[in-house]
Amino acid sequence: MKHIDEYRDKELVRLFAEEIKKIASRPVKIMEVCGGHTMSIQKFGLPYLLPENVELISGPGCPVCVTSRKYIDQAVAYSRLPDVIITTYGDLLRVPGSTSSLDQEKALGADIRIVYSVLDALLIAKSNRRKKIVFLGIGFETTAPGSAAAIIKAAMAGLRNFFVFSAHKVMPPAMEALIDEGVMIDGYLGPGHVSTITGEKIYYPIPEKYGLGVVISGFEPVDVMQSVLMLVQQIENKTPKVEIQYTRVVKPEGNLKAQQMMEEVFEFRDDWWRGLGVLKNSGLKIREQYARHDAEQMIEVEVEETIEPKGCICGEILKGIKKPKDCKLFGTVCTPTDPVGACMVSNEGSCAAYYMYNR
Amino acid sequence: MCLSIPARVDRIDGHMAVCTVGESSYEASLEMLDMSEIQVGDYVLIHTGFALQKLDEEEALETLKTFEEFRNLNKDLDIEEQQHNTRIT
Repeated sequence: MKHIDEYRDKELVRLFAEEIKKIASRPVKIMEVCGGHTMSIQKFGLPYLLPENVELISGPGCPVCVTSRKYIDQAVAYSRLPDVIITTYGDLLRVPGSTSSLDQEKALGADIRIVYSVLDALLIAKSNRRKKIVFLGIGFETTAPGSAAAIIKAAMAGLRNFFVFSAHKVMPPAMEALIDEGVMIDGYLGPGHVSTITGEKIYYPIPEKYGLGVVISGFEPVDVMQSVLMLVQQIENKTPKVEIQYTRVVKPEGNLKAQQMMEEVFEFRDDWWRGLGVLKNSGLKIREQYARHDAEQMIEVEVEETIEPKGCICGEILKGIKKPKDCKLFGTVCTPTDPVGACMVSNEGSCAAYYMYNR
Repeated sequence: MCLSIPARVDRIDGHMAVCTVGESSYEASLEMLDMSEIQVGDYVLIHTGFALQKLDEEEALETLKTFEEFRNLNKDLDIEEQQHNTRIT
């Protein structure tokens, strides 16, 4: 397939690995902050091609993984209301809440529908005027503009039965929080599709404030290897900066139209991340102007008390302090068919990626 | 969640485009792009029903050119190494 096969060339991957080995003179740790990168790195076995002194570690880049149990519990509570239809991306269905999951509620008869796009949720709202359609808005800057577009459309069309329950988050506060917390890394592999929307400027504080480089990378193996090489070069030359490897997709200014839609609908709020706790201005709340489409403000519901799972070290894995294999539950009590923590549910969670490709 | 792959635009109908990835076809909204810039045959990055960006063919060719230069440089170095029987670092 065009724009894919060219970036899966085995020989090139090997050449990049050799070049990295040649120039890396000291141990470096590079963190990927996108679940898509985690998947790709494990799938293509890239850690085994890199020299021993270049280590890739996974960060908090899987939206399902960083979302709180309380959010799942509230979604479960909405699903139990008789006049609500839940619409969601498939990833969330099997994430365990405190005592239930959306999957279990669906089996018990709740009307929960998996959609491929938030636009499908709008169609469901149009054809079910007497029901309240709650779309579970999850994801970073890549998915948030879609939710924003849907809310704008619903407002324009007077679709008063369409609501978004926002758990949308933005990436930079988490990237800064990790460094502030003292997680030892030497550079970031920047998230390619988040950056397609935001552009490169959101990462400027990372070299400026912390002296660490960010290379915005594509998702194919050659992309990742070239980005690692670019980062190692920055580290060796002591020239930390924001660079784009994924130039065929990411523009320095990003997608301005999508940024405007996000700005129109959302404002920042402090938000909780698994592993990192509450981070200032890291979440997206629906603005007052669009409150009519905000599930949190418009649909009252009682939510059970949150119970966190025992023994799960998902939080530390998301910070890159521990690896899935360090968890006692990994592959025994916690498997993709019967997950304990969120990192094992989403196929881009570190635990799920390790389980599938690197067990 | 943020995974996305390039799809070829086959048909444009108002705000919507029908695109193909391999053998599968998808509908995608073009409202996040400058529609006047999108033509049939272009590649776009689709994510959850929206085209997020048009693939920049020039930049793609530029990247592939860099790869080619890198590959050739390595071949030259290999030959040189063999001739001199030393490892160049």
